[in-house]
Amino acid sequence: MTTMLRFIACGSVDDGKSTLIGRMLYDSKQIYIDQEQALIKDSKQGSRGGDIDFALLLDGLSAEREQGITIDVAYRYFSTDRRSFIVADTPGHEQYTRNMAVGASCADLALILVDAMNGVMVQTKRHSRICSLMGIKHIVLVINKMDLIEYDKGRFEDISQDYLNFASNLGFDSIEVIPVSATDGVNIVEKSLHTSWYKGDSLLKYLEEIDITTQSSTNGFLMPVQRVSRPDSNFRGFQGQIESGSVAVGDEVGVLPGSEKAKIKSIISGFENIDCAIAGQAVNITLDREVDISRGSVLIKNSQPAVADLFTATILWMDDASMIAGRSYFLKIGTKQIAATIIKVKHKVDINSGSKMSADSIIKNEIAVCDIALSEKIVFDKYISNKTLGAFILIDRVSNMTSACGVIEHQLDRSDNITWQKTDITKADRLKQKGQKSLTLWFTGLSGSGKSSLANEVEKKLVAMGKHTMLLDGDNIRHGLSRNLGFKEGDRVENIRRIAEVSKLMNNAGLIVLTAFISPFEKDRQAAKEIIGDDFFEIYLSTPIEECEKRDVKGLYKKARAGVVANFTGVSSPYEEPSNPDITIDTSENNLSTSTSMVVSKILDLIE
Amino acid sequence: MNTVSNNHLGHLEAEAIYILREVAAECAKPVMLYSIGKDSSVMLHLAMKAFYPEKPPFPFMHIDTTWKFREMIEFRDRKASELGIEMLIDTNDKGVADNINPFDHGSAYTDIMKTEALKEALDKYGFNVAFGGARRDEEKSRAKERIFSFRNASHAWDPKNQRPEMWKLFNTRINPNESIRVFPISNWTEKDIWQYIKRENIEIVPLYFAKERPVVERDGNIIMVDDDRFHLNPNEKPEMRKVRFRTLGCYPLTGGCESDAETLDEIISETLTTRSSERTTRVIDHEAASSMEMRKKEGYF
Repeated sequence: MTTMLRFIACGSVDDGKSTLIGRMLYDSKQIYIDQEQALIKDSKQGSRGGDIDFALLLDGLSAEREQGITIDVAYRYFSTDRRSFIVADTPGHEQYTRNMAVGASCADLALILVDAMNGVMVQTKRHSRICSLMGIKHIVLVINKMDLIEYDKGRFEDISQDYLNFASNLGFDSIEVIPVSATDGVNIVEKSLHTSWYKGDSLLKYLEEIDITTQSSTNGFLMPVQRVSRPDSNFRGFQGQIESGSVAVGDEVGVLPGSEKAKIKSIISGFENIDCAIAGQAVNITLDREVDISRGSVLIKNSQPAVADLFTATILWMDDASMIAGRSYFLKIGTKQIAATIIKVKHKVDINSGSKMSADSIIKNEIAVCDIALSEKIVFDKYISNKTLGAFILIDRVSNMTSACGVIEHQLDRSDNITWQKTDITKADRLKQKGQKSLTLWFTGLSGSGKSSLANEVEKKLVAMGKHTMLLDGDNIRHGLSRNLGFKEGDRVENIRRIAEVSKLMNNAGLIVLTAFISPFEKDRQAAKEIIGDDFFEIYLSTPIEECEKRDVKGLYKKARAGVVANFTGVSSPYEEPSNPDITIDTSENNLSTSTSMVVSKILDLIE
Repeated sequence: MNTVSNNHLGHLEAEAIYILREVAAECAKPVMLYSIGKDSSVMLHLAMKAFYPEKPPFPFMHIDTTWKFREMIEFRDRKASELGIEMLIDTNDKGVADNINPFDHGSAYTDIMKTEALKEALDKYGFNVAFGGARRDEEKSRAKERIFSFRNASHAWDPKNQRPEMWKLFNTRINPNESIRVFPISNWTEKDIWQYIKRENIEIVPLYFAKERPVVERDGNIIMVDDDRFHLNPNEKPEMRKVRFRTLGCYPLTGGCESDAETLDEIISETLTTRSSERTTRVIDHEAASSMEMRKKEGYF
């Protein structure tokens, strides 16, 4: 039975990663004849001279071959008598850092290449930090292009020492340094006489022999539930992969979040019932009694991950759109997906020195330490003790892009110290007393589109009908509740969050709330909807900008056009139209009284 | 201790099952594409295993070009009924009406009867996630593709802007009209497939085993004359040769190889020692260095 080693090749641009892997495959006879023929043919077409260009075995995209660079990860599979390998060849350019991180997230070991002519570069350090972040414990520093420095031992030792000094606090268990020449095949598969002073193994031999088993820290049983299987009323199985420990029929397991317990009735693996299952196995478990379990629940025995809604994490930002504190994202961890907000950027990490830099926003390829709040309590753990329950991704709510990946450092305690105080009078009681149902009418649209006027008229009508209401107007809120906020994107996000929370409180008080804010970003309106819940009712005033600008009640368009007011929606800052509003009204086509009737008739059933 | 993680095949199987279940749990309209070959047989087996005792919670679909080996069609129909799974069969009827065939239409045949047929079938049923049995060791643009491969409204792949795929945290969120192709056996090699077929005793189409078959030799490929629609050149005459197939597709486009391997063990030992890749037996693949990538950008698997 062979063991498997997953490793990546990373490092700066043109340090020869693809060439090294190509050479390793070629020299260990892992290339089929037709691939070799294609390689020789393609090498001749290339601009790098007539020699075989081993990188062409890896650079599989036409854009990569055209530009002679690696854009995305390539996976190659090969095996020797001793081990099977999955190698991810990763791009060196800074702009493709996220693709390097993709490879690193699944690797047990990293080859970090350094060009012997250039020594340790910024990208060498960035990639090392990402390897460290991803929990890779074993590093092979491959000093390549030794042929270009005539196999100089002194230079080799200088670079080794440079790197070891840099990497000493990155938490690696082992760092091996090997001198190679990928183009000449020196010390890749066979050791070479060129480096008679080098006493270690060839790269391939080292990879075949290195022991990567980690000291198992007496991990108890843990299985996140992927899916509840109910083929008929007699069978209710919980499908998932055992992430640590083992479990046997008859064992009592706990269900997180929550405090329920049950005994294992049966374990199905494939088509068979088995008595006991271990880490890594995909199973389908049934329990001896009905317990509330759904996707995202975690079955445990002798292990105690955290159950909370706040933690500190180190994240790598991967999206072209930069991170904004306070904005809501989807977070996926294990098999659970929920709403999450980065409430605070504690600091960014300087790639070169590792020092902390203050920041409130993060851009692509930056690493930062943040506090993240979740919309409900979930099961998680520190990444160093549990990779599955300690790693997460953040997903943009609108573009669906995987915006960031992160690892959890530790739980934060707010959630344990602040509990929700139950009160005797509930929202239902307050609604009953007022004889109405609550609702938040969220008016959105450009400045001058008629939000305040319409909200004002609708409120008058509702009050005349005997309803209890409250109108929150953008300008008025900024005189008080949001007095300390400006108009930068981060401040706008916070402004909307405050308004949404206040609206929710007022809905709980039994009131019908009307809000009139430009609220130009879809993400923020979605976040408001998330906070307010079922009471959220979106009214989009689609009045064309030409009309709004003609009205220019407050003279703001004039100022914005003159450049006196910055970040003005519609002029110098975008307005994103709602994708699915509950009602759309163009006030250039409907007069105030028609518009008011349109709104009132639409909400009548919701408030009575 | 014998854990799953130090058992290569066990690890690959668990990874594939995890992916199948993630999609079943998170996605609204998945379908598994079934092409009857050995990789599809492994995929079908994995799907049966992943959900047992439940049946796979998604249908299977075969895009039938009408030019498959006859033994493949018999096998498909028998398997579907034995296992009690829903097998949708879809053909580009317009292509059939226009008599689009592999002899006269070259790469246009693949575009119309495979790529277009697939896109139309996915749109027709509203499937927004399709499992495929592609492996990264097959071809070098596939080696670059994520397990979850996102496609725009016209099913096209954008290789320069792939979503990051971290750990096993698959982001399955898509906008309306977008879709995902999911490849659970991305990390398997041809050797893994054969060893798994043996370990799990998976039934495969008999064409994979060597047998005397009527063939002609064309441009270095050994092509089986499977029915009387075959366009024989004037000087061509089918002869009986002992051949087997490493991959299966449309019979006029699938090259066989001369072999004596009549058992799984013999096939595995041949696979371990062969010096040519299985893609050499696919007539369409060596047209241009990046022909696979171009096809994928057009919506092919």
